[in-house]
Amino acid sequence: MTFLNYLLSGISLGSIYAIIALGYTMVYGIAKMLNFAHGDVIMVGAYICFFAVSRFALPPLVGVLAAMAVCTVLGILVERLAYKPLRAAPSLAVLITAIGVSYFLQNGAQLLWTPNPKVFSSVVGTGRLALFGGQLTVSYVTITTIVSCIVIMVALTLFTGNTKMGKAMRACSEDKGAAQLMGINVNSTISVTFAIGSGLAAIAGVLLCSAYPNLVPTTGSMPGIKAFTAAVFGGIGSIPGAFLGGLLLGVIEIFAKAYISTQLSDAVVFAVLIVVLLVKPTGLLGKQIREKV
Amino acid sequence: MKKKTLNRNTRKNFATYGLVIAAYAVLQTMTVTGSITSSLKGMLVPICAYVVMAVSLNLTVGVLGELSLGHAGFMSVGAFTGVTAAMALQNAIPSPALRLLIGMAVGAVFAAVAGVLIGIPVLRLKGDYLAIVTLAFGEIIKSIINNLYVGVDENGLQLSLLTNKLALAEGGKIIINGPMGITTIEKISTFTAGFLLVMLTLFIVFNLVNSRSGRAIMAIRDNRIAAESVGVNIVKYRLMAFVTSAAMAGAAGTLFAMNYSTIIANKFDFNTSILVLVFVVLGGLGNMLGSIIAAAALTILPEALRQFADYRMLIYAIVLILVMLITNNPVLKGYLDIIKGKLTGRAKKPAGPTPEGGAENGK
Amino acid sequence: MKHTTMKKMIALALATIMLVALCACGGGSSEPEAGASAEAFKLGGTGPLTGGAAIYGNAAKNGAQIAVDEINAMGGIQFELKYEDDAHDAEKAVNAYNALKDWGMQLSLGSVTSAPANATSAEGFADRIFSLTPSASAPTVIEGKDNMFQMCFLDYPTQGGASAQYISDMQLGEKIGIIWKNDEDYSTGLRNSFVDKAEELGLTIVAESTFTEDNNDFSVQLTEMQNAGADLVFLPMYYQPASLIFAQANAMGYAPKWFGVDGMDGILTMEGFDPTLAEGVMLLTPFNADSTDEATQAFVAKYQELYNEIPNQFAADAYDCIYAYKQALEAAGATPDMSAEELNDLMIQQFTSMTFDGLTGTGMTWDATGAVSKSAHGMVIQDGAYVGLD
Repeated sequence: MTFLNYLLSGISLGSIYAIIALGYTMVYGIAKMLNFAHGDVIMVGAYICFFAVSRFALPPLVGVLAAMAVCTVLGILVERLAYKPLRAAPSLAVLITAIGVSYFLQNGAQLLWTPNPKVFSSVVGTGRLALFGGQLTVSYVTITTIVSCIVIMVALTLFTGNTKMGKAMRACSEDKGAAQLMGINVNSTISVTFAIGSGLAAIAGVLLCSAYPNLVPTTGSMPGIKAFTAAVFGGIGSIPGAFLGGLLLGVIEIFAKAYISTQLSDAVVFAVLIVVLLVKPTGLLGKQIREKV
Repeated sequence: MKKKTLNRNTRKNFATYGLVIAAYAVLQTMTVTGSITSSLKGMLVPICAYVVMAVSLNLTVGVLGELSLGHAGFMSVGAFTGVTAAMALQNAIPSPALRLLIGMAVGAVFAAVAGVLIGIPVLRLKGDYLAIVTLAFGEIIKSIINNLYVGVDENGLQLSLLTNKLALAEGGKIIINGPMGITTIEKISTFTAGFLLVMLTLFIVFNLVNSRSGRAIMAIRDNRIAAESVGVNIVKYRLMAFVTSAAMAGAAGTLFAMNYSTIIANKFDFNTSILVLVFVVLGGLGNMLGSIIAAAALTILPEALRQFADYRMLIYAIVLILVMLITNNPVLKGYLDIIKGKLTGRAKKPAGPTPEGGAENGK
Repeated sequence: MKHTTMKKMIALALATIMLVALCACGGGSSEPEAGASAEAFKLGGTGPLTGGAAIYGNAAKNGAQIAVDEINAMGGIQFELKYEDDAHDAEKAVNAYNALKDWGMQLSLGSVTSAPANATSAEGFADRIFSLTPSASAPTVIEGKDNMFQMCFLDYPTQGGASAQYISDMQLGEKIGIIWKNDEDYSTGLRNSFVDKAEELGLTIVAESTFTEDNNDFSVQLTEMQNAGADLVFLPMYYQPASLIFAQANAMGYAPKWFGVDGMDGILTMEGFDPTLAEGVMLLTPFNADSTDEATQAFVAKYQELYNEIPNQFAADAYDCIYAYKQALEAAGATPDMSAEELNDLMIQQFTSMTFDGLTGTGMTWDATGAVSKSAHGMVIQDGAYVGLD
């Protein structure tokens, strides 16, 4: 039973990583950039939801929607102001700008909302489900997280596969120049991608803080790095890859803590990542890119 | 064509040496005459350490063309092994300068060993996958040192992992105390030592880049398949660049650590790796002089912004974003060209050697 | 693409020139000549005002500022206070310390957190600038340095032992579990002293588990405690991780007795915290904001008015530091035109011989090592408020 409990904790943690990783992977797939500020958008989302629910006493669902709206706007703004002017610049320049944006969001949040930790009240309550006569307990947050993660993954897959915008995204991801020639508005496609990624970040922020109710301006940075790792683990740019990578990372992390060492759990997670990448150099579900001479 | 490039490179390399020597001379004079602020004086050694970090990372990112997100890991290895060596030899070698030298050598050797161990698997990968694996190794190093306990007594060094199981004899002392790191470092780093390390690093890097091996490394960066097809040993040269870079970072780590009375493993985390990467990108890939200036400027910047109190780091972030936007903006680039034309008017030709070539898309 | 490098370089060179100029203007005018101001003592301190540990630095800064304002309003001794940001990092702490030296700091409040304090205390020792840190509790901060003093409640070796003693005396738990943060001085020190004392007293420790910075998931640690049947869990940590532990234990349905330490103070004032989660938590603390003591109430009211939150022990310790300085300076007859070194010798003399009453304890004394001796009170949280245990 303990094993199952650990597995559930792992899947729950992994689902949060997966949602963040989905945002990372979407943006990477289309804009070909590592958006290091993604983790901080999560933090902003969580703060918006917190203030909506705790200060203005709005229903949790409204709080989530408000967070999504703010993050979507924030994502588009950041893209317009900081990334778009660098579309033609080397990718490392964009990476550094993203880091600048990340510092900006963290320090801005600290000035606006003080560094004092806020306790986030879970949007789905703190109840739990007891199974097998109480030996296995599953909190509502865990259930919500896992379900949301699956829904988001499926929705994204359908969206990129079947809608016009989704196809445009895939075209941009393959070849921006060719996509433009086919009449696709590359700029607005990238904007929409950032909007979706940031909206997802808001959901991830709310779920992250519902499960681990501690909110500070640096809340998003570590989960951001872990999710980035998860996205690469699964094969960056691949939606099912991000989902799988996130889940596995969460489960490995919890198992490493439980069965190896709480002190070395991060080392174990990263060691597994290295081994996987050595065996499959483009991640679990990443596309093999053949080099042309 | 080739000859010309070489000449220009040589000229630029001498300019770089000259600038470093001039900066040292000015700052050292200021220190001796006491006209330097404590604030700037306190930053001299860390600036030297960051310059060495930036130049060495530029070898990996700019010259070899691979993005590394774990450079601080090598700095960490160098810091902890170098300081341990210097502390263990405290009684045997009375001269602090010699101990520092031995410390830096030990730090460099251990970092180089780590570079080989990490480089062999890492260099099989490419692009962002390689980047994430270097990040992973950086985190693993941090995690291990956080759980490492090292003590010294008359029987020699003792090691223990995870918990402090050291059974030190009477008179023995603990050196690395797990997550608390090293707390009793004797501060023996000096600005002169830092300066000499910077000069040595530049000497190594310039000579490597301008050698046969350096051309092989850049050939691999620009077109790996073409390089391989003309018989360049890919693994050997990539590893050569990576390990050299790691060794210099190790020496920088020792220099940095010996400037403070305390050092912890968490100092050398992902953020420090990123910080050094920012120096490199801002200074220009493959441009060592740029790395030096960027490292110095960005180390001083947060201190110069202290008067803005709470808004300090916010302003730092904005400056960082703006610099990236401005240096990559086509319109402003035009203006810069005009300024540059005026500045270098006497040379008639733009003095901009572009050793980076394909590095920009080789991330 | 061809000339990017050069352009970047030029841009940077220009930026550097401006920066150096800026630096020179900012620092050049203020020579590190102590006693530059003839009216007020220049007090400097470093602390994390930004980053993950910012809450501690800002609390200390605010607490100290209140005391300085009060004292300045009284007439008599005048203080000028300056806090610089160290972002909880040794390197930046030394930079901050040097900036304060340029400003002309005569007396230091050290650093707020332990790792930076280790670095700045070595500098202060070498420069002969006396320091009284409000909250850096690591023994290494004061070890072997005659002019480094601490205000914080009990050096932690004592506190961990006192907690074990208390648990044993009151027979609070049969099977004891410990969750501690192994990459932090404070937590590790408390855990070690607790375990040593517990062994001596014959307490049974059934499970121990650790966590590290940036760890939010305590399911494994809590499951270990639960499986080992721990009926009392000792939590030597600050209130932030503790609040996560309470919430997750509650979600698991695990409800042992919790025993905290002074760092737990502040948990009740976290915005949005559900006080029922901390019901029955016991802790030893020298300061509590709910005290009926007049001075404490006045301080809490003023802090709330100015900063819109309830002060924690960091604020109270820093507040006490300023008053301790006032008392020592008055007793020594020190004047603001004295150099840092003169003040340093006077302060060492005073602090080792005086007795001080403050918010965080009465009858405090310091020994020659710089460690403070004051007593702690056992508290239990009931209905969202502290109630004395004794």
